[in-house]
Amino acid sequence: MSHTSRLDFNGKLARREKRLAFLLLLPTFTLILAIVLLPLVANFWISFKPVTLGDLRPPSLIIKEALRGTIASPGDIFKIEYRFRNSSIKYPLTEASLRDNLPNGFLITLLDPACKIIAEGDGRAVLCTLGDLDARARGKLVIEAVLEEPLLVTKDILKASKPETLFIAQNAVTSFEFTLENYKKVFSAAEFWDVLKTSIYYTVFGTAGALLFGLFAAQIMLKTFPGRSIIRGLLLFPYVAPVIAVAFSWVVLFDPFSGVVNAMLLQSGVAEGPINFFGQRNADISVFGLTIKFPVALSMVILFEIWRYFPLSFLFILARMQSIPADIYEAAEMDGATPFQQFWSLSFPFIASILAVLFLLRFIWTFNKFDDIFLLTGGNAGTRTLTVNVYEQAFAISNLGAGAAVAVVIFVFLLIFSIIFIRFSPKDAS
Amino acid sequence: MRFWMIGIFASALTGLVWVALWHLVFTITAILVTGVALPLDLGPAAFSGLVVGAFAALQRPASLNRRRISGIILISCFLFSFSLGTPFDPGSLLALWQRLLLLLLVSVAGWLSIEKTVGPTNAGFMTRYGTEKFYIRLFWGLGLIMFILIVAVPFYVMVMTSLKSQHSLLINPLDLSIDYGLSVTKLLNSYIELFTDYGFLNLLINSAVVSVATVMITLLFSVPGAYAVAKLRFPGRHWLSGSVLLIYLIPAIILVIPLYAILSQIGMRNSLFALCIVYPATTIPVAVYMLRGYFAGLPSDLDDAGLMDGLSRLQIITRIAMPLSMPAIASVALYVFMIAWNEFLFAFMFLDDVKLFTLSRGIVSLNSSEVPRQHLMAGAVIATVPVLFLFLWFERFLVSGLTAGSVKG
Repeated sequence: MSHTSRLDFNGKLARREKRLAFLLLLPTFTLILAIVLLPLVANFWISFKPVTLGDLRPPSLIIKEALRGTIASPGDIFKIEYRFRNSSIKYPLTEASLRDNLPNGFLITLLDPACKIIAEGDGRAVLCTLGDLDARARGKLVIEAVLEEPLLVTKDILKASKPETLFIAQNAVTSFEFTLENYKKVFSAAEFWDVLKTSIYYTVFGTAGALLFGLFAAQIMLKTFPGRSIIRGLLLFPYVAPVIAVAFSWVVLFDPFSGVVNAMLLQSGVAEGPINFFGQRNADISVFGLTIKFPVALSMVILFEIWRYFPLSFLFILARMQSIPADIYEAAEMDGATPFQQFWSLSFPFIASILAVLFLLRFIWTFNKFDDIFLLTGGNAGTRTLTVNVYEQAFAISNLGAGAAVAVVIFVFLLIFSIIFIRFSPKDAS
Repeated sequence: MRFWMIGIFASALTGLVWVALWHLVFTITAILVTGVALPLDLGPAAFSGLVVGAFAALQRPASLNRRRISGIILISCFLFSFSLGTPFDPGSLLALWQRLLLLLLVSVAGWLSIEKTVGPTNAGFMTRYGTEKFYIRLFWGLGLIMFILIVAVPFYVMVMTSLKSQHSLLINPLDLSIDYGLSVTKLLNSYIELFTDYGFLNLLINSAVVSVATVMITLLFSVPGAYAVAKLRFPGRHWLSGSVLLIYLIPAIILVIPLYAILSQIGMRNSLFALCIVYPATTIPVAVYMLRGYFAGLPSDLDDAGLMDGLSRLQIITRIAMPLSMPAIASVALYVFMIAWNEFLFAFMFLDDVKLFTLSRGIVSLNSSEVPRQHLMAGAVIATVPVLFLFLWFERFLVSGLTAGSVKG
């Protein structure tokens, strides 16, 4: 239907096509709106609010009903007690009231001034207005009564009707209370700049390393040799396997006490004591008398990132290199071009665009990476990136607002990277 | 003086690197297979390689087989005498045949690698072309071995650790051999315990349900959407196909707090249903993107012919477009399955109830000091095997899926 290049959306057929297109896209659009775009906006909202994990359970009015005295023969005096409490320790309840059905057959001698008796069908009900209750507020309402007809009134009958409550709760998430406290807290925290620096180190080295290893692997796999397709499959394993499985096998492999690597290093005398690869922040390394602080855990996490994602760059680069016509290499060979000259002058221009796209996309995704670091180190030992900090603030310290503020910082970086990506992405590489 | 362009120097260097590397590789393999702690002294191997490498560039007229045999014998003799026997000496903890096998393996692999790398190189000065070819051959081989090793070792450790007992792991962490003396039930003890005591069958079922549901929902939503973007004309079409990728770039970590808050408030967080709507939302953009490209490649004449024959657009999708794009749909399905099966963050955040745990969520809870390491690794194997099996079985589809959409990860 695309044989007319002129865009005309107004014909009858075209209108039908337009309507159908919107109909077909509607489910996708709705789901994305609900699960991606709405939460994105909600994240901004939460980042300006003083919300903690505990606030997610909205405050409510809790009532406990108790009966005092005996209820057996006419003339017995008894009490109905309602204990009430605001469950929230932070937020008030407004316009709270409670209502309970009462049977006939007893005489009310004393009624709490907040309550009144109303007729209700064949019976009656007590309606108590509690008004506004502060956080943690609690109290008691008492009805004193004299039994008249034992058949109509028993403990079971009184207990059978559960009191109903009415109140307006202030929901911490949906209220209109805003604060900049989260951002202040995030930016003034001493570790924020360290976290940012770690994030950038991790992203730059992880991306560049994965790209270089991918390029190297692609060069190797370009040559045909027996078993090539099996090895190509093997090289994709780190990317295809679940992150949980590969992260934990690295943790086990490098364990300071029961890990193979440490046992091997100790055995061969390379290391004097066990090295806690994922738990040690820095190691002093002296090179020509200069002592350098080498970030051990961060390097390990970057190595893991390279290990896990080089297959992807490898796959893309190999696909692009295999699409280069072979005859240009033959011609270059005839002209006496050396392999490196062939690479720089022939292959590289072909793969430059895919390298650029890969770098930018991988850069963005490495920056957003959470699972790998969280599983390897939990963000300890100098490996806390911005993404791990979101978790740390929101769920470990239970401050959802601060976590959301960090997420906003990530989003701003993401926006900048995306703009760069759109600006620089070559038009042909999709 | 460009000494690296001299044939004999380059060959000697090649010999040094190769024999040392193979010595390292086979000794470590021997350590892991036998559990015997062998010394890792590379000096003798490097020296023998150096000598034999130089020899490889010198002695030319002899036949290939004679050169091979003499090369292998030379390496063995040098290696044995330079190393003063270790780890080949009688005092070593290995049996005689193991020592001989080790020596032979290092020598054969060493010589064959040297031969391959040195090729027709002579002892004299090489041209620039010859030099580059020489070093490319060297690095090609080294790179291949390195990649195979770095990829295979963690998986090997994962599988072997899962087959050990707590006791033997503590005694000797280096021993990653299979103890053939044990019965099958002893060997697979960790797996049996995971399925009996830790409810892994339930985890597997949950993961399978969520993954399959995610694939279904993703396809159900993205096939019509992709068809509309690819084939139908409507205002905002180009804008839409561009923004699909941008949505794809929004990471889960930004969405997790609001989704957690919203789903908690409406009481839906702790459910597999929550995962079944959140996962598709993250996979649909890429599915639309991948399918759109494929649909756009189908000739429009087919659609027109279908319309002429009185098919509705929906019938065109189900009877023409979908059957023709089965390879693309298969690769999207596999890719989405892989993402859903491997997903960790949302499962970790949303699920509180052990009965609802997916594999990823269940395995994280094995990572504690109370659960032995071999159980953790057995769990990792259980999570990995289905994906790897699918991957190997449908590698062609999955690779095209990966290249089409998976700059994510």
